[in-house]
Amino acid sequence: MDKRKNRLRESTDAGAGAEMRQADRVYGAQAGGADGLQAGYADALEAEAIGEAETWKEQLKKLARQNKLAVFSAVLIGVILLIAVFAPVTAPYDPYAQDLVNRLAAPSAQHWLGTDDLGRDMASRIIYGARISMAIGLLPTMISMVIGTILGLIAGYYGGKVDFVIMRLADVMLAFPSLLLAMVIMYTMGGGLVNIFIALSLVNWAGTARIVRSQTLSLKEAEYVEAARSIGVKGRTILLRHILPNCLPSLIVLFTLNIPSAILSEASLSFLGVGAQPPSASWGLAVVRGKKYLFTEPWLSIAPCAAIMIVVLAFNFLGDGLRDVLDPYLKEQ
Amino acid sequence: MIKHIVKRILIAIPVLICVILVIFVMLRILPGNPAETMAGEHVSQAVIDKISREMGLDEPLYIQFFKYLANAVRGDFGTSYRLNRNVTGIILEAFPNTVKLSICAAVIAWVIGITAGLVAAINQNRILDRLFMGVSLAGVSMPVFMIALVLQYLFAFQFKIFPVSGYDSLACMVLPAISLGWNSAGSIARMTRSNLVEVMQGDYIRTARAKGLRESGVIIGHALKNAMLPVVTMMALQISSMLSGAVLTESVFGIPGIGRLAVNAIETRDMPLLQGTVIFTTILVIIGNLVADILYSVLDPRIREVA
Amino acid sequence: MEEEMKNEEELALQIRNLKSCFFTSKGVVPAVDDVSIDVPPGKIIGLVGESGCGKSMTAMSVMGLLRHPGKVVGGSILLNGRDITHLSAKERSKVRGNEISMIFQEPMTSLNPVYPVGRQVQEAILLHQKVSKEEAKKQVIEIFRQVGIPEPEKRYRSYPHQLSGGLRQRVMIGMAMVCRPKVMIADEPTTALDVTIEAQILRLMKKLRDDFGTSIILITHNMGVVAEVCDYVYVMYAGKVMEEAETFALFENTSHPYTRGLLRSIPRLDQREERLYTIKGVVPNLLHLPQGCSFCTRCPYAKEECFLKRPELYEAGREHKVRCFLFRERSAEGESGNSAESAAAGSVLSENERSLEGGMA
Repeated sequence: MDKRKNRLRESTDAGAGAEMRQADRVYGAQAGGADGLQAGYADALEAEAIGEAETWKEQLKKLARQNKLAVFSAVLIGVILLIAVFAPVTAPYDPYAQDLVNRLAAPSAQHWLGTDDLGRDMASRIIYGARISMAIGLLPTMISMVIGTILGLIAGYYGGKVDFVIMRLADVMLAFPSLLLAMVIMYTMGGGLVNIFIALSLVNWAGTARIVRSQTLSLKEAEYVEAARSIGVKGRTILLRHILPNCLPSLIVLFTLNIPSAILSEASLSFLGVGAQPPSASWGLAVVRGKKYLFTEPWLSIAPCAAIMIVVLAFNFLGDGLRDVLDPYLKEQ
Repeated sequence: MIKHIVKRILIAIPVLICVILVIFVMLRILPGNPAETMAGEHVSQAVIDKISREMGLDEPLYIQFFKYLANAVRGDFGTSYRLNRNVTGIILEAFPNTVKLSICAAVIAWVIGITAGLVAAINQNRILDRLFMGVSLAGVSMPVFMIALVLQYLFAFQFKIFPVSGYDSLACMVLPAISLGWNSAGSIARMTRSNLVEVMQGDYIRTARAKGLRESGVIIGHALKNAMLPVVTMMALQISSMLSGAVLTESVFGIPGIGRLAVNAIETRDMPLLQGTVIFTTILVIIGNLVADILYSVLDPRIREVA
Repeated sequence: MEEEMKNEEELALQIRNLKSCFFTSKGVVPAVDDVSIDVPPGKIIGLVGESGCGKSMTAMSVMGLLRHPGKVVGGSILLNGRDITHLSAKERSKVRGNEISMIFQEPMTSLNPVYPVGRQVQEAILLHQKVSKEEAKKQVIEIFRQVGIPEPEKRYRSYPHQLSGGLRQRVMIGMAMVCRPKVMIADEPTTALDVTIEAQILRLMKKLRDDFGTSIILITHNMGVVAEVCDYVYVMYAGKVMEEAETFALFENTSHPYTRGLLRSIPRLDQREERLYTIKGVVPNLLHLPQGCSFCTRCPYAKEECFLKRPELYEAGREHKVRCFLFRERSAEGESGNSAESAAAGSVLSENERSLEGGMA
C-alpha cells in the first residue's frame, strides 16, 4: 500500500503536475485528433483493417487529404513569406516616403489601404511589416526552442540536481505573465527590433523545456534506449541519436504554434510603445498610430490588425493540423 | 490533504523569491544602467550619480536585493521615483480595477468557453462543432488590442451602446471584459471540447453506457467531471495570460489598473514602480496556480488520497 | 418445425443473421457478417477468435453500443423472444444494464475514477428500478457480498484506484448482475488479470449463472477458458462464425481448419514439439476480404473452390456446424449423420496435416 502511495505521490508531485498543466496549456487548443473520432473498439478494428503505423510522409499526405484548411494555411504562409522577402519589389511605394499633401487618404486604386497620418502608403507599410512579423515569428521562436530543447533534454536525461535546478528555473519563468516580463526586458534594454528578438528569445524557452523533458523521461525508459545504453553508447549520443529525433514531431508542432504567440507578443509590445520604434513598419506600431483615428479613419488600425490576425490564424491552423497527424506524444495521452 | 497544501505552499515560496530575484537582477544587470535609464537622455553624470545614491543603486547588488526582499516581505515595494509615493499604495489603488475587469472577463470566458466546448463536443465533427472551433481558433488568434478596438469602434462609436472608456460603472466594464475574455474563451472552449472528446473514449464511459445511461446522462454524469479537471487548472493558468491581456485592455480603454500602471512606469521611467507592479502581478499568478493545484487535488480522488 | 419455434421462444437471446459494418473513409468494413448465435437460458456461450475477428463488435452490436462510424445494418436480436433491434435509443437504454448487461476486459479503466465504486453500481439500480437510494445502497452491498467483495460496506465508499484488478472486475460483475439480467456479456473479463484471479472470476461467473440463471456470453481468445466454463462455443473469424458446437464436441471432434489451427497453437505439456504451431499468415484486411472463404489464404486444405465461393455453415454432427466445404458433402448426404464417415473425414484431415508438415520440414 505504501509503495503504491509513494509511486502515486511521485507522479503527482510538483514537476509532474506542472508538466501536465504545461502540456494542457500548449495543447490546450487541441481540436481532437482527426482520427480520434472512433470509439476504442472501432479504432482498434480500423487500425487492424487498414494497416500498420504510418510513416511521416504518409502522415503528411494524410494531413493534405484531410485538413484542407491546414494546407491552405501553409500555402498562405508561403505566399506571405515570399511577399515579405521580396518586399522592395512587391510593395507599390516606399514605406517610409512621406507625402504630407496626401495624409489620411481613404483606400483607393492608388493606395489600396489608404495612407497614414504622414501620408505613407499603408499597403506598402503592411508589406514591410510582414517582414518584421515573420522574422519575429521565426527567429526568436527558433532560438528559444533550441534553448528549451537543450535544457529539457539535459534535465530529463540526467535527472537529479541538474533537473531540479532547470525545472525550478522553468517554474519561475512560467510564473511571469510573459508580456510583463518582456516589457521589463525592453524597458532596461530600450526599444527596437533587436531587443525584441533578445527579449522573446529569453522569455519563451520554459514551455519547450518542460515538454521536451517529460518526453525525454518517457523515452529514456524505452527498450531501444535501454539497449543502446546497455551496449555502452554515451549519454550525448543517446540524446542526439535516439531521444531528440523522437521529440522532433512534437517540436515541429510546438514551433508552428509558438510562432503566432511570438508575433502577437511583438505586436503587443510595439502597441504599448516598448517594442519597435518609429519609423519602423511594425504592425503593432501601425495599430497604435491608427488608434488615434479609429473613429474617423478606421482602416488605419483595422488593416494592420487584420494582417496580424490572418498570419496568426494561418499558423494556428497549420499547427493544429500538424499536431493532429504528427504528434505521437499527444496520441499516447 | 493539509500536508499536501502545505507542501504546495512550501514549493511556491522559493519560486516567489526567485521571481523577485529575476526581476530585480534583470532591471539592474541587463545592458543599460538603471539610474541612467531613469534619468532619461541628455543628463549630466552628476544627476545620474545622485539618482544612484538616492535609490541605493550604488550598493552591492546582493545588499540591495536583501534589503528589497526584507521590505517586500513586510509589504513594502519601495517608493515610486516619479510619484514619490509608496509603490504598495499605488498598486493597491489600481488593483481593484484590474480585479473587477479580470473577474468580469473570466466569467465571460468560462461561461462562453465551457458552453461552446460542450456543444462542440456533443456535435463532434458536425457543422456546429466545426463552426464553434473555427470561431474559437479565430478568437485565440486575435490580438487583445484588436478585439478591443473593434468592439470600441462598433459598440461605442457606431451603435453607441456602451461608453468608449471609463471604469466606474458596469456598462463601462462590458467592452473591456469581452476584449479581455475573448482569447480565454477561445482556449477554454477548445480545451473543454478536446478533453471531453478524449474522456468520451474512455472505458468507463462505455461502462456507463452499458449500464443503461442515456447519452446526456453519460456526458453530464460521467464525462464532464473528468473532462473539467484539467480545465480547472487551465483556468488558473489563464490568470497569467489574463493579466498580460489586462495591460493591453486597460491601455485601450483607459482603465487605471495594474497593467496601465506598468505601462506608465515604463513611459515615465519609474523603475521602482515597474519593479513593484511586475512582482506584485507575478505573485498573483503564483497564488492562482497554487489555488488551482489545491482545487485539482480536492476534485480528483486519486490525488486526494495521496495528499 | 413446431418444436423449433418453441425452442426459439425459450432462448434467452437469439441473434439472427446479424451484420454490422464500419463506414470508414477507406470503405465499408463488414466487422460482423451474418452472425447467428443462440443463447439458451442458464448456459455459458463461448465466443472465440483472434483479436479483430469481430467478437467484441458482435457484443457491442447486441448491446446497442456500436458508435459512429459503426452501425448494425442487418439481422435481428431477440432478447427473451422480444425483438430489440429496432427499439428507440431511449427504449434500448432501458434494456441495457437491466435485461442484458456487459463487462469489459479492462477492469482498471472501466470504472469512473472520480466516483466511489458503490455509487457507480447504485446508479445502475436507480436507473432501472424504482427504489429509494437507501434501498439501492442495500442492494449494492448485497451484490458486493454475492460477488465476493470482502467488507462490502467499506468497499462501497472506495474509489476504483483503491481496489485491485480482481476486485474491480468483481465490482464490474456486481454492476452487471445487480438488476438480474437475462444475459450478461463478458468481453475478455479475465485477460488483464493474473491466472489465479482469473480462475476465481471464472468460478464466480459460473456460480452467478447457477444462482441467478443468467446466461453468459463469454468472449475470449483463450481455449483453456472455453474448455473450463463454456457449454457451447462459437468460433469466429473475419466477422463470420466458422464453427459452432457443443464444447465437448468441439474439442473432441475439431472440424474447421481454423479451429484446428487455434487449438494446435496452444502449448501443451503432454507433447514435446520443437516449435509451437502457428497459423500461417495474418488475419485478412476486412476491407479486402478474399472472394471466397475468408480463411482460404491461410488454409492448408484450400481448394480452388475455396477461393471462388463462400462456404455456408454445414452440419458436421449433432449440434455442430462448420463453415467449410470439406463438410458440405456430408451434410448433404445424410441427415442421418453418418458418424463413420465423419470420422473418416477427420482422419483425412489429420493425414493431410501430417503430410503438409512433412513437406515443410
